[in-house]
Amino acid sequence: MTDSTRPSRAGRTLFAKVWDDHVVVPETADTPAVLYVDLHLVHEVTSPQAFTVLRERGLPVRRPDRTVATMDHSTPTLPRGADGRWPFADDAAAAQVSQLERNCREFGIELHALGEAGQGIVHVVGPEMGATQPGMTVVCGDSHTATHGAFGALAFGIGTSEVGHVLATQCLLQRRPQTLAVRVDGRLGPGVSAKDLALAIIAKLGVGGGTGHVIEYLGDAVRALSMEARMTLCNLSIEAGARAGMVAPDDTTYQWLAGRAKAPTGAAWDEAVAKWRTLPGDADAAFDREVAIDASALQPMITFGTNPGQAIPIGGTVPDPVEESDPAARASLERALRYMGLQAGRPIVGTPIDVVFIGSCTNGRLEDLREAARILAGRTVAVRTLVVPGSVAVKRAAEAEGIDRIVRAAGAEWREPGCSMCIAMNGDRIEAGQTCVSTSNRNFEGRQGTGGRTLLASPLTAAAAAVTGRVADPRRLLEGQP
Amino acid sequence: MTPIRVIESRTVVLPRDNVDTDQIIPARFLKVTDKAGLGRALFADWRYGPDGAPQPGFVLNQPQAVGCTILVAGDNFGCGSSREHAPWALVDFGFQAVVSTRIADIFRSNALKNGLLPVVVDPASHARLLASPGATVRIDLESRTLTLPDGGTVSFPIDGFSRHCLMNGVDELGFLMAQDAAITTWEASR
Ligand code: SF4
Repeated sequence: MTDSTRPSRAGRTLFAKVWDDHVVVPETADTPAVLYVDLHLVHEVTSPQAFTVLRERGLPVRRPDRTVATMDHSTPTLPRGADGRWPFADDAAAAQVSQLERNCREFGIELHALGEAGQGIVHVVGPEMGATQPGMTVVCGDSHTATHGAFGALAFGIGTSEVGHVLATQCLLQRRPQTLAVRVDGRLGPGVSAKDLALAIIAKLGVGGGTGHVIEYLGDAVRALSMEARMTLCNLSIEAGARAGMVAPDDTTYQWLAGRAKAPTGAAWDEAVAKWRTLPGDADAAFDREVAIDASALQPMITFGTNPGQAIPIGGTVPDPVEESDPAARASLERALRYMGLQAGRPIVGTPIDVVFIGSCTNGRLEDLREAARILAGRTVAVRTLVVPGSVAVKRAAEAEGIDRIVRAAGAEWREPGCSMCIAMNGDRIEAGQTCVSTSNRNFEGRQGTGGRTLLASPLTAAAAAVTGRVADPRRLLEGQP
Repeated sequence: MTPIRVIESRTVVLPRDNVDTDQIIPARFLKVTDKAGLGRALFADWRYGPDGAPQPGFVLNQPQAVGCTILVAGDNFGCGSSREHAPWALVDFGFQAVVSTRIADIFRSNALKNGLLPVVVDPASHARLLASPGATVRIDLESRTLTLPDGGTVSFPIDGFSRHCLMNGVDELGFLMAQDAAITTWEASR
């Protein structure tokens, strides 16, 4: 399956081109490579201890001009009160946010703070301000940094120690990962989205299947995806254990980037595009592993268990542990069904639910909200439904199109931007025993609140659940059925 | 960081696959600005009931877990979120090594920077470790070997650089800072 001996004379993959272009000191048998970081994104949760290390050692931030911060995890999604204060969940959340403000001020880092136009989920605002560009290395103390790979950047999550390394040196110590090609041919059917494709890929690879690898998404179905859909796809690479996912840049990428605040302009733009056009992998480039998926065969997907690999087509039934031959897999399936309160062998459609969450760095962009609105329009939600735009810019653009009015008219809550119920750090959470259909990326035990149960799905499927109060096939509602 | 050469301890066995970092330390404990004392939040939702009382059935609450520094866990340990709070919590609780058949990339990288040794062994050796909770195991970083309770020895992979850093208590930031000239030259070439 995997082969560590790389063919010596073959073309290079997209990954190899970006990697090679950022090696400051090559790796040896004894030492990892020193890899340069073009863009470092920072948020309030994984950075405070890194700034403490800088202070303890009297170090400056080496390249504040390559560092951009925002706040998203601990921030409230309810508006400022009449007294001008933000309704933080608790003092610890408020303290973490003010610590980030202090750190950015002290070290000269650009910060998009609460209430400002550039604020939002770090993986939504980086691309939307044009900071993420093809061929870059992008890191952030957050595993969903993989999102930025949609632009043909090598983007991966790091820990807080490494956040300190990048702040101090703009570099990381890294061993070269292996490569995994995921080829998706065919066409996604109506009502089937990038989220469904990603869940199908994770189910195929398994949650640890991509460990040690960088995924490159190839094939007609990937080329046909919009930038936002590519971000959704790359975002979920980490849920298969891969550190990064990449899509080669093309005209879709350049059109999306053109005119954004941090994108080059004029002659510099032309020069940049010319360079970006050399990034796609060579035709004879070899990968360490390859898998293929037929997009035409996919249905909307939904998870039933407690990791993102436990997903089935919406028309499917909850798997039965007795059919699982591997004892460890059987035990974990049994455990997952017990936690989720689901019965083996039953169709997943019709499962009653309590809450719907539409948002997150996976599905909190404008296209995602438009998709949800297609179903919500003219209908009423049957359960508590939170719609949380991924950024201030997404929120404003959605409001300009009237999506907020559709959401409110359906009886759903239209909130301020942030991570919200994806991670339940800001007070937006579900209660123990409640089941939530969520457009986020993790259905781990307690992820959306202690004892809460999460079913991951696309914005269409989540909206369909919102209006029916049950797991439902969104394609039926798109056809106009009640 | 304290240098590590040999870790010898009874094992705590947590035979679950795909233990994610949200289980190792739930997100509500991440609203901190330092790393001290996170051991109390380790596996919080498995260790404590809704009322905060310890769950007697959970392995870390059992008397034989006291003083153990080696955790044997199921496949794909540490998947999910990149939170370094996970190894901070494990180390603060007293663990020095985690043994599994597969360890997630970011968790492994974070563990190595905090003196927590990630040890990956073959499925057969792993099965023997799972089958004998509380057995005494010896991990020798110098020879990259783990001695099983029955006296058999298995070797485990570890990057030479990470091993050097762990054995000598070297922190990677110091190593990177020493590359300053190369970084400056590289930046100037752009
Ligand atoms: S939306 Fe969820 S997954 Fe994305 S950065 Fe926020 S907490 Fe992490």
